[in-house]
Amino acid sequence: MGALDGIKIIELSSDGTAFAGKLLADMGADVIVVEPPGGSAQRRYGPFLDDVVGPERSLHWWHYNTSKRSVVLDLNDEIGQDQFRSLVAEAGVVLEGEAPGRLEALGIDYEELRAGRPDLVHCSITPFGRTGPRCDEQMTDLTMLAGGGPVWSCGYDDHEIPPVRGGGNQGYQTGGVWAVISMLAAVLHRQRTDVGQHIDVSNHAAVNVTTEFASYSWLVAATEVQRQTGRHAAARPTQPTQALCADGRYLNTGVPPRRPAEFKALSEWLGELGLDREFPLRLLLEMGGQYEHIGMAEIEEDPMIGEVFGAGREAVMLIASRLSAYEAFIGFQTRGIPVGAINAPEDVISDPHFMARGFAIEIEHEDLGRSFTYPGVPIKMNGSPSSISRRAPHVGEHTDEIMGDS
Amino acid sequence: MSSSLLNDVRVCDFTGQLAGAGATRHLAAFGAQVIRIEDPLRQGKWDILRGSPPFKDERRGIEFGSGFQNHNVGKLGVTVDLRTDRGRELVTELVRVSDVVTENFASGVMERMGFGYEELQKMKEDIIYVSNCGFGQTGPYAKFKSWGPIAQAVGGLTFTSGLTDMPPAGWGYSYMDHHGGYFMAIGILAALTHRNTSGEGQWVDMSCSEAGASLIGPAVLDYTVNGRPSRRDGFPASNRDSSSTMAPHGIYATQGDDNWIAISVRDDAEWASFAAEIGEGWATAERLSTVAGRLGLEDVLDAEVDRWTRRYDRHELADRLQRCGIPTAVVARPSERIDADTATEAWGLWPTIEHAAMGEVRVDGLPVHFSETDWEICKAAPTLGEDNDYVFGEILGLTQSEIGSLRADKVI
Repeated sequence: MGALDGIKIIELSSDGTAFAGKLLADMGADVIVVEPPGGSAQRRYGPFLDDVVGPERSLHWWHYNTSKRSVVLDLNDEIGQDQFRSLVAEAGVVLEGEAPGRLEALGIDYEELRAGRPDLVHCSITPFGRTGPRCDEQMTDLTMLAGGGPVWSCGYDDHEIPPVRGGGNQGYQTGGVWAVISMLAAVLHRQRTDVGQHIDVSNHAAVNVTTEFASYSWLVAATEVQRQTGRHAAARPTQPTQALCADGRYLNTGVPPRRPAEFKALSEWLGELGLDREFPLRLLLEMGGQYEHIGMAEIEEDPMIGEVFGAGREAVMLIASRLSAYEAFIGFQTRGIPVGAINAPEDVISDPHFMARGFAIEIEHEDLGRSFTYPGVPIKMNGSPSSISRRAPHVGEHTDEIMGDS
Repeated sequence: MSSSLLNDVRVCDFTGQLAGAGATRHLAAFGAQVIRIEDPLRQGKWDILRGSPPFKDERRGIEFGSGFQNHNVGKLGVTVDLRTDRGRELVTELVRVSDVVTENFASGVMERMGFGYEELQKMKEDIIYVSNCGFGQTGPYAKFKSWGPIAQAVGGLTFTSGLTDMPPAGWGYSYMDHHGGYFMAIGILAALTHRNTSGEGQWVDMSCSEAGASLIGPAVLDYTVNGRPSRRDGFPASNRDSSSTMAPHGIYATQGDDNWIAISVRDDAEWASFAAEIGEGWATAERLSTVAGRLGLEDVLDAEVDRWTRRYDRHELADRLQRCGIPTAVVARPSERIDADTATEAWGLWPTIEHAAMGEVRVDGLPVHFSETDWEICKAAPTLGEDNDYVFGEILGLTQSEIGSLRADKVI
């Protein structure tokens, strides 16, 4: 039994809602995704099964609509609107990403819907919120991440190269995660008080508050960070952390060494690898043993600590350059030094750790007579296990079953 | 005043940094009572953000780290030395009156301190225990250490951020610390929902790198379904559209130094308006009139668009293209999106609060508004042990002299 078993949600299919609906459905909620006649626009997004375009072949659709059921309704039509109203009255929770004003114009917005369901929880995800000075602007994942902050912090040391948007629809997913947090909080509140409400999620605001240093450096210290290759954007340049390993793959070497044990482990490992003779900063490395824990501020402010830390960083980069990324990752980590292999998606899904934790799961596509490996649900709930309960639905696959219910 | 959304929930909170503290901060904004427990002996420095830059002024020390301040607004702060029997008893009492226990230590730390799930359950049968670390509590990497940059590297997000024929650009900040916190918050709320219907608590084992791995879905399926790896020529080109429906779709240079604009043309009609704005012969070429044509010529197209955008001021150009209905945004600098953006201002996205040591500071708000029980951020992050009297006195019912002796004996 999933944690959200018993919760029923009507989702109007959209770019903004897809990930939120998926998370809720994978955690056990009964999510009914409403598609327009002909199917959701997401069914036209690649990549496609065997690279053949088709509404039931979009891997984008497959991923973002697991565990949901699908019903086709024409919301531009009065019958469709009535059917939508009755679905909502029964379910009690709505998730939608329609342009501000659209549902109101159709007579099926929060105010009208709550007439049939007074304790309705209705969550809207829109580019800039439902009201406000920019609420009519057009947005995609790219422009959201550019205008909302993340892109400014990402890219390369060379600022002639454009800054970078991270891949994978992260803007939409960030808004989606906030929708889930808010909807669950509102549902909990309703369980206790019988009071429903409208939740207004702004994608622009969501990515704005998902920028860590960049925001509070400005908010508190009025300094602006500058992007750097593969590491934190910073107000002043910092040393590289991304190491090219012997197999041509990369390793993120993080922020060590900062503790005596880490300096000691590095010295010893250099010796084991026969690299100690070619490492000129051994003495500084040994001095690392005298600092209990080197803080970020001390590195900037105490020149001696800066030198010692720098030597440690050189040792890390030297070792990384002589091993494969995976060997380096395992080798550093088993010595208590936090680094990370820069995995491609195919490395992730076949990684022994994620496999051992049951993250990669097989989902049956009985319609194709095949099964495929999917990334699972990253919240391991031992008392109410989450899992993908079924493949994404075909266009309107459950229309009869659902409309027959209501 | 605080929000009444979750004001029946009490969290006994051992979290820190952003990946953990960033989860409970949102619950506090929703009105939950979050009691953050810190170590008096180490002055809470387990959370390195307590004394880390950036700083508001010349003052330094554990009360002046602005990251800590940002991630812990709305929480109560107590100090307890868990090396002592009395300290462990105090926390046991707190667990007995809490709904949720949260932490993001390395795996196994809570158990060693005597607060593993089984012990917590003995203290309160329906307790919800949410642990969160880089790799989770089980599996071959369970003992590995992690920060945001490591979780996002191992989880696949660093690789998928970059330009063709370049090393990974990655994320220039701890993106996965934010998301680690978000997913942890979801875990907490989902477990509360489950408890309310089943009467049962549970242990939720969150892994930040796994959360990262769940954020790259379509690229994973392209490999598991089509056998197409992401380690291939021309990939990633993450400023382009991964769904192959939009072109041009990129970040282009504009007038001035390090000034950029992002433009997405979603369909042929938008391209026709864009081409009309460009007003040059190449843009109206027949072969560019369809998305298939534009995708096939994307390198040339991007170079032409970039040549055109370089002539303009990015803000003027963004306004002009938005008027045509084309998704466009400047690559906003922090100063612009925080102090010169009508949308974030109208939203109230950067609330100001009064911190006991730092004085007035602005912090991240929440990107949601609730019609009935909206969030509130009105209390700053606690200074070390700031709420000892309130929590041990009002919540646990200790007398002033009992609290005094705990203080004298350095238990708190």
